[in-house]
Amino acid sequence: MAQERLPTRTRAEAAPHDLTDAQLLDLYTLMALSRAIDERMWLLQRQGKIPFAVTGQGHEAAQVGSAFALRPGEDWVLPYYRDLGVVLTLGMTAREVLLDAFARADGPSSGGRQMPAHYACRRLNIVSVSSPVATQLPQATGVALASKLKGERAVTVCYFGDGATSKGDFHEALNFAAIHRLPVIFFCENNGWAISVPVSKQMPVAHVVERARAYNMPGELVDGTDVLAVYERTRAAVARARAGDGPTLIEARVYRLTAHTSDDDDRRYRSEAERAEARQHDPLPRFERVLRARGVLNDALLAALQARIAREVAEAVALAEAAPLPAPADALRHVYAA
Amino acid sequence: MAERTVVEAIRDALAEEMRRDWRVIVLGEDVGVHGGVFRATDGLLAEFGPERVLDTPLAELGIVGTAIGSALNGLRPVAEIQFADYIYPAMDQIVNEAAKLRYRSNGAFGCPLVIRAPYGPGVHGGLYHSQSVEAFFCHVPGLKVVTPATPADAKGLLKAAIRDDDPVLFFEHKRTYRRVRGEVPDGDYVVPIGRAAVRRRGRHLSVITYGAMVHQALEAAAAVVPEGLDIEVVDLRTLLPWDRETVAASVARTNKVVIAHEDNKTLGVGAEIAAFLVEELFEQLDGPIVRVAAADAPVPFAPSLEEAVIPGPQQLIDAIRQLAAY
Repeated sequence: MAQERLPTRTRAEAAPHDLTDAQLLDLYTLMALSRAIDERMWLLQRQGKIPFAVTGQGHEAAQVGSAFALRPGEDWVLPYYRDLGVVLTLGMTAREVLLDAFARADGPSSGGRQMPAHYACRRLNIVSVSSPVATQLPQATGVALASKLKGERAVTVCYFGDGATSKGDFHEALNFAAIHRLPVIFFCENNGWAISVPVSKQMPVAHVVERARAYNMPGELVDGTDVLAVYERTRAAVARARAGDGPTLIEARVYRLTAHTSDDDDRRYRSEAERAEARQHDPLPRFERVLRARGVLNDALLAALQARIAREVAEAVALAEAAPLPAPADALRHVYAA
Repeated sequence: MAERTVVEAIRDALAEEMRRDWRVIVLGEDVGVHGGVFRATDGLLAEFGPERVLDTPLAELGIVGTAIGSALNGLRPVAEIQFADYIYPAMDQIVNEAAKLRYRSNGAFGCPLVIRAPYGPGVHGGLYHSQSVEAFFCHVPGLKVVTPATPADAKGLLKAAIRDDDPVLFFEHKRTYRRVRGEVPDGDYVVPIGRAAVRRRGRHLSVITYGAMVHQALEAAAAVVPEGLDIEVVDLRTLLPWDRETVAASVARTNKVVIAHEDNKTLGVGAEIAAFLVEELFEQLDGPIVRVAAADAPVPFAPSLEEAVIPGPQQLIDAIRQLAAY
């Protein structure tokens, strides 16, 4: 099942308004780092070194572009398990991600208590990810409620996939946020699949964003493989939220380039033709072309960047492999505050 | 000292905590303009305004999820579920999220949330205004479950719950709201969570109970005095974590135990207490542990039916007499 033709509202590939060349390179670097870590985690899983890997390959532009518009540590983010690109953009490191993937005691997200990709980072206001889908949406509404009551300029961004929009949590969260005009952005990374269930079986409408009307909030449909378009649309939604104009629903259309997780074999439900079509929409080569055209990237710079990323990932893996597992005595800590 | 009903004491606790701490907010259906269907939040909107007293949409999952989020960002929310019978849509948020946020983040995040709900039978409420839901939550590490029986305890425990950094389920027995009056200490005081109270000292047998049945147990104890029976009544007050020490001390004194609750018998809180006593205090027991509880059926509406399901005063007295004679 091929994704339907994406709407052409991108004009952001013509120079975006306020990003310098250095920032454009940052965007690409973060996308490439996310991809490199992602691919390495699949490899580690297939090698039997970690039991599980969950992937965001194909989502990088949507994740990095949107998170780039935020103030890390001031704004709040409630990601879901695919959001490697989001947490890296906000400031988590390859080392931290790999420590978590290996369930090490020093893993910042959970000290080995949670599966990989269940990110958490107090200093960056990244709220602990859980596995039940969409539970973070009403919580995001609540985080924003507190921001508004406290008179903070912080905005809250909540990430989720297309499957999450079928949960009651989605409805109750958007409903409440809109009634109270809360500073929260609901960001849907729609890759057309909830494991094996295609969007045609997930929802009776063509676009998630159509639901924004039901909650009387702005809805933005954006090409999630165009990092600059995502950045621009998110920036606008963030500005609206900071100004007190309430929530926005953003739908970023992306492509899932792999199976759902390392426990899934998507050849069981995706045709080779559809998977090949998805690979045509890989956001990395697309942005690479844009940057080459602007003179921000060339062969030499790209090679140097890829070498640096490879070293960073290799170091992170080595560090994580050598790090200690959590002590059994820790298993009963933190059930309660005291 | 002032005399208050249970619901008045709860209202006082909320108002005092909201005055003391700007972070405390109240949210739920009908809590604002209406003051709550049981008047538990009467007057709060007028004093604290709509930013801190929110009339929410009819959405228990959303109420609790929103409360969790606001707790993550520094507030101390008190969410009301209008009847405990309606708490189930929020189970995912309570059990998977509130209870586990601290543990799963290795202590980085916590959830200082209170969820208040009226519970309990005996008010012609039928299946869906009568339930006792405490057992579900007592099974979840990370939660605290509180069931006050008196106005003084309702006020002090609610203050404790609001100041607690963990998520607390605060179940208020609706039959006690207006029917139970009592002395409430002046000034700011807190009743610690996790401590039971011996309501009546006795020699022959301990009745371990909570909620409205505490008052039934005291009446039963008075009723058997002429027979020469001296019954001890222990009010658990908190069900999770329940006060093993006080209960064990009581059993050491009397050596016979009746556990009484209005929840249905199978896998109610009584099952946990009975198992603990057999595990840890077997040598102290001079007779079988007896549970007086509701029948394993939903709570029906017609008085003749409800009386056949929920444990009545005679049932408790009979159980006490039988065990005392063992």
